[in-house]
Order: sequence, then structure tokens, then C-alpha cells
Amino acid sequence: MALDRLGSSLYDALKKVFRAPVIDEETVKELARDIQRTLLQADMNVKLVLEISKRIEDRALKEKVPPGVSRREHVIKVVYEELTRFLGEKPVPLKVEPGKRKIIMLVGIQGSGKTTGAAKLARYFQKRGLKTALVCTDTYRPGAYAQLQQLANRIKIPIYGDPKAKKSAVIASDGLRKFDDYEVVIIDTAGRHKEEKSLIQEMKMLEKAIRPDEVILVIDGTIGQQAAIQAQAFHDATPIGSIFVAKLDGSARGGGALSAVAAIGAPIKFIGTGEKINDIEPFVPSRFVGRLLGMGDLESLIEKVREAEVHLPEKKMRAFLSGRFTLTDMYDQFESMKSLGPLRHILKLVPGLSYNIPDGMMEMAEDRLKKWKVMIESMTPEERDNPKIFTSSRVKRVARGSGTNEKEVKELLKQYSMMKKMMKTLRRKRLPFFGKKFPIPQG
Amino acid sequence: MFEKLRKGFSNLVSKVITTELKTEKLRPVLGDFKLSLIENDVAVSVADHICEEMEQRLDGVQVKRLEDRGKIVRANLDEILLNVLTTNEKIDLLKRVEEKRKSNEPYVILFVGINGTGKTTSIAKVANFLMRNGYSVVLACSDTYRAGSIEQLEEHARRLGVRMIKHNYGADPAAVAYDAISHAKAQGINAVLIDTAGRIQTNRNLMNELQKIKRVIGPDVTVLTVDALTGNDAVMQAEEFHKTIGIDGTILTKVDADVKGGSALSVTYVTKKPIVFIGTGQRYQDLQEFDPEQFTKMILK
Ligand SMILES: Nc1nc2c(ncn2[C@@H]2O[C@H](COP(=O)(O)OP(=O)(O)OP(=O)(O)O)[C@@H](O)[C@H]2O)c(=O)[nH]1
Ligand SMILES: [Mg+2]
Repeated sequence: MALDRLGSSLYDALKKVFRAPVIDEETVKELARDIQRTLLQADMNVKLVLEISKRIEDRALKEKVPPGVSRREHVIKVVYEELTRFLGEKPVPLKVEPGKRKIIMLVGIQGSGKTTGAAKLARYFQKRGLKTALVCTDTYRPGAYAQLQQLANRIKIPIYGDPKAKKSAVIASDGLRKFDDYEVVIIDTAGRHKEEKSLIQEMKMLEKAIRPDEVILVIDGTIGQQAAIQAQAFHDATPIGSIFVAKLDGSARGGGALSAVAAIGAPIKFIGTGEKINDIEPFVPSRFVGRLLGMGDLESLIEKVREAEVHLPEKKMRAFLSGRFTLTDMYDQFESMKSLGPLRHILKLVPGLSYNIPDGMMEMAEDRLKKWKVMIESMTPEERDNPKIFTSSRVKRVARGSGTNEKEVKELLKQYSMMKKMMKTLRRKRLPFFGKKFPIPQG
Repeated sequence: MFEKLRKGFSNLVSKVITTELKTEKLRPVLGDFKLSLIENDVAVSVADHICEEMEQRLDGVQVKRLEDRGKIVRANLDEILLNVLTTNEKIDLLKRVEEKRKSNEPYVILFVGINGTGKTTSIAKVANFLMRNGYSVVLACSDTYRAGSIEQLEEHARRLGVRMIKHNYGADPAAVAYDAISHAKAQGINAVLIDTAGRIQTNRNLMNELQKIKRVIGPDVTVLTVDALTGNDAVMQAEEFHKTIGIDGTILTKVDADVKGGSALSVTYVTKKPIVFIGTGQRYQDLQEFDPEQFTKMILK
């Protein structure tokens, strides 16, 4: 089936704007069309898309360009502004006052990711030193309590629930009594959708009984055109304070979630980026816009690279550049790359790369990195510091010790000498990931 | 259910009747039509395909009378839609289970799909469906990954009064399925329904794992569950699962959530495999057999 890839991005369209000698009406119209298409593919509400692309076109053509700004820069700015108009310019944090109890209630459609989201949030607050507890009020779906309980046990967070009880409001009240002196109590609820009127009613009753400080709507990142109307129904029943977008680790671009924001006016505060409990990130509007448009987000790339810098002291840097680079250094290098998070998360942030690298390839790169580390771990300290001494019998031993084969060990050694050589040639230049100022790859 | 989608189609027909059949006149009309498809959750690429086909077929066609124009538009739309929705084969589940039963073999169904689409619930519904038609069923909990997955399926098994084969969390999913099949063979059970852990289609490692599970157990049929609320990602899911795992049919779930039905079109177009059932609620009886021909007729009516 020759479907054009939905991953195609606005990047090309914007590149055209960058390259065009003059920004005329034709260029702007074309850009508006491309944006329209991209946003529709990202599952944004059709009416909203038409409205936005129209506004972009109008503003880009009619607005006066302030002095000192090129028309080109202006067009890009307009695009960015129109998209962040709904999302907000800055992240809105979920505020918790230490010493005071915050009750958070999670609601959403079946299978959207509430239970996993509840555990992720609990972990998030726990990591920030807040006394956190979980309550399961989903007595409806089989195994719901067991699921949250197992997640809670994994992160050692207390949980209250009673799978045999019927009334969710009673469970929630009991749980709140039990967790009287906690700082964050997260209440998971059963899934439901707008057509299940009695379940919506039940949710309303629950909310009345516990009076949560914040109701969070969990939205499936893959949801399509129904997002806004479903979100509205939830908002009408229990005023939504914020939104958690789940399953953003796949190919879905999250336009449904944006449409929900536009419909109910609640900000997105968190996104879920994987199945693991730690796969949760505070929402950053600029990143999300990058995702919607199929472009990477420069800002967060820079931020992540900065974080990684800490791992490389200046002195060591200079040693590298003068050619003293051992396998131990290479190992440390891998370690500090790991602290950046999975490789694929990093590469996704590079503009123009976001949709060009198949995930499988990135996972292969990650797997290889892991293997290399095991191999280096199987070496003796002398071998690590002076790889020149490697003989075929040493190679054999390392292969055996690391559960790999000789070819793979040789491959690692080759990689090492390549890196070493690169260090030398780059002596004067600055290296990405290594130096203070790093060149940002351009698409 | 597919009310809105149908409206989009009939709107197009009535608009084209008053339009000259020339590309430049057709484009805006088809453009509106495309948006109405997308509004009903037909994926953009599938909507593109339908509209391009329409344009090609209608451009330059000579008609004398207005009624003729209506007829031509309708006939072409019919054909295009049938092309989109035509599937390689039908799956008559009961007939297939019966055939296997005659040769004293259990019929093995593997359920796959992304997280939270409704695999486990659909398994319980399909088990209920088979039992009501007089077949015995065993469930296999090959989702040894997600927290609570074993307890969830176990509770369904208890409610339905069927056996569930399980290992511990973290166990090899293929081994669980294998045990369930052996159990069915030994006990003369007619059908084995295998639940797998949900996985996002872009996760290569998990997709490879699923590929391995399928290879080891060799199911009679592999069914992809897709949430009917899904937008453009439905195409990505269907494409990727079909490419790496190979699917024989789909179950469209949560159709009761006032969905517009476009995802049915997207998924069928990509996989060319039939939608076997649609899920219409949370109770066991909320499962309807799905007839693609009837579906086509319904939207084109
Ligand atoms: N309203 C409605 N809810 C459904 C339908 N099918 C499944 N659900 C609900 O969707 C939720 C998720 O369903 P599961 O069967 O656990 O989904 P799954 O695909 O097995 O999920 P994972 O194993 O976590 O990947 C449950 O709350 C089900 O009750 C349906 O047709 N309609
Ligand atoms: Mg399941």
C-alpha cells in the first residue's frame, strides 16, 4: 500500500520559507496549506485547523513587520504564536504545597492510560520528596485494583482500595481518611465515555464526595476528531483542572489533545512517553508544537545537552583533545550519554531528524551501546587504559566474558580507534556533546 | 452509528450534480468532501486516495442530462468505496471453529494491538460468543508484562466459567500460549484465545517479541484490536502490525462512544482484512459481528 508517510513534516515547508528569496503571497498561501495538512494529520480538530491556517495566512500577509525583523522571521513567529495560543507560552506546573494535602482525581475514557498515569504521577511527586499515596476507586474493570497495587508496590507507595466494594465514593472517602496526613493523594477512577450517562453521573457523585483540588483528564495521544467533544462532556460533569496526554511514545502527534485544550481551556501539565513508571514529563508547549509540526524542538535539545555536560570536567576534555583517550573514557562517555535518556529520545529532539530515523534503528544503536559497555566491563584495567596490548587471545577472552563474539569485540576496538582519531582531528574545533559550545546539527 | 459519514457521501453526490465535471470545478467540491471524511476520522492519506480517485474518474466525463450525472457520480463513488473496503477474505469464525473441531483440533486466536485498545475485554466477549454457540474455550494469559493483567483475565475467566492458563509475571508469553494449546488438545477444548501485552507499534523490540510469539504458536487467526476513537494513528497501527506480525482481521472497539466510523475505513484500506467484530460496550454481549458489505451499503445508502 503506497500511502504517503504520515510522519512527513512541516519542516520542508518551513525550509522553503527560509530559502525563498522573497516571502510573497504565494509562499505564504503554500505554507498555510502545508500547515493545514500537517495539523490534520496530527489529529487536530478540523474546524480548529481551518481557523488557525486562515489566521496564519492573514497575519503573515497583513501584519506590519516590526523594524529589525525580516518577513521570514515574522512568518515563523506567527506560526509559532498561533499554535501556542491554545497551549500557552509557558509550562503550567502542578503546584503542591508541602505540608498541605492535595487531592488529585484522574478521569478519562477507557484504556486512555489513567492507571499507569496515576502511578507515574505518584512516582513524580515521590521523587520530589512529597508524601504521596494512591487510591483505586475503579471497582468496575476486572483487575483494576491489582494493577494499581502492583505498580504502587514497585515504587513503594501506599495504596488504598477495595475491589469488592461497590460505591466508589465510599472507597475514596475511606482512602482519604486513611491518608489524612499525606501531601499528595492520587485517586484513580474507572474509565468511561460521554455516552455512558450513568457512569458520567457516578463520576459526578464521586467528585462531589471527595472535592478534589484538581481533576486531571487523561487523554489518549492517539485519539482523533472525537477528542474535543469527549473532553467537553467530562468538563461539563466535573470541571477539569488540567490534562495528562498519554501514549506519546508512538507515532501519534497529539492533535486530539490540543483540540481538547482548545475546547475546555484546561492546560496540559504532563505527558506520558512510555510504559515505564518513570516515563512522564512535565508539559512544555514549545516541545509539543514541535511534535505537532513534525519538527524537533531545539530548546529541549540544548537543555538536555547542557545537562550532559556536567559529566565531563574541563580537565578531562583537554586530555581527550590532546589524544589521551582510553577505553575507560569511552565507557564514561557512554554512561553520560545514558544519563541523557534513551538515544531515541535525544535524536528525536534534533530538528529535521524527528521523523527521518526509524525507531528500530535507534533501538539497534541503543542495544549496541549496551553491548559495548558489557565488553569494556569484561576487560582488565590495563586493557582499558592501553588498548594497544590487545592480542587475539585477549579478544577471545573478552568475547567469552561478555557473552559476545570476537567480531563484535574487534568492532568495538575499531570504533574506539575511530573515536580517538576523531578527538585528535577535532583538537581545535568544538565537539558536539563534549565542549561548552556545541554546534547544533542543522537539518 | 455511521450516520455522519453517510451524510458526507450523500452531500458530495448532491453537490457534484450541480458541478461541471472538470478538474478545476471539481476540486473545491472534493476538497470539502475530503474535510468531511477527515472530520469523521478517516485518515488523511485514505481521504486523499478517495478524492484523487474521484477526480480522475470524473474529470472530463461527458454527460447530457443532470440525472445521468448523479448516476455517474454515485456509481463511481460506489466503486471506489468498494475498492477501499474490499477485503481478501471473509472470516466466518463459527464455521472455522467448527472445521477445526471436526478434525479434533483447537482453533487458536491470537489477539494483538496497542495498549488499552480492548484486547482483554474483547477476548472475554469472543469467549462468551463462542460458548453461546456451543464451543468450549480456554484463555491464555500471554500478557505477562502489564501490572494486573493476570488478575484481569482471571476474573473474566471466573465470570465466564472457563479455564485460564497462566504463568507468573515476566514469564515467556509464547510458553504460556503453548501450554494453553496443549491443554486444549488434551481436554478436547474447541478454541484457545490468547491475550498479549499491549504494545506501541513503533517499539521494535516489543514488535519482534510478538513476531516470535506468533511464530512459536502458529495461530489459526491473528486479530488486531483498534480503538474506534483513534485518529490518523489507526493507519500507522494497522500498517505496522500487519507488516511485522501479519493480521487476518480486526476488531474495532468502543464503537459505543459515539464514534464516526472513519477508522473502519482507514484500517480496512490499509490491511485489506475484514473487521470481524465491533465492540459496542463493556458487557460481554456488547459484541457485534460485522459485515463489510453491509457496511458499504450502509454508508452509500
Ligand atoms: N465502552 C467500551 N469500553 C470498552 C470496549 N472494549 C473495551 N473497553 C474498555 O476499555 C478498557 C481497556 O480494555 P482492556 O481490554 O483492558 O484493553 P487491553 O487492550 O487489554 O489493554 P492492555 O492490556 O493494557 O494493553 C477497559 O476499561 C474496557 O472495559 C467497548 O467496546 N466499549
Ligand atoms: Mg490487556
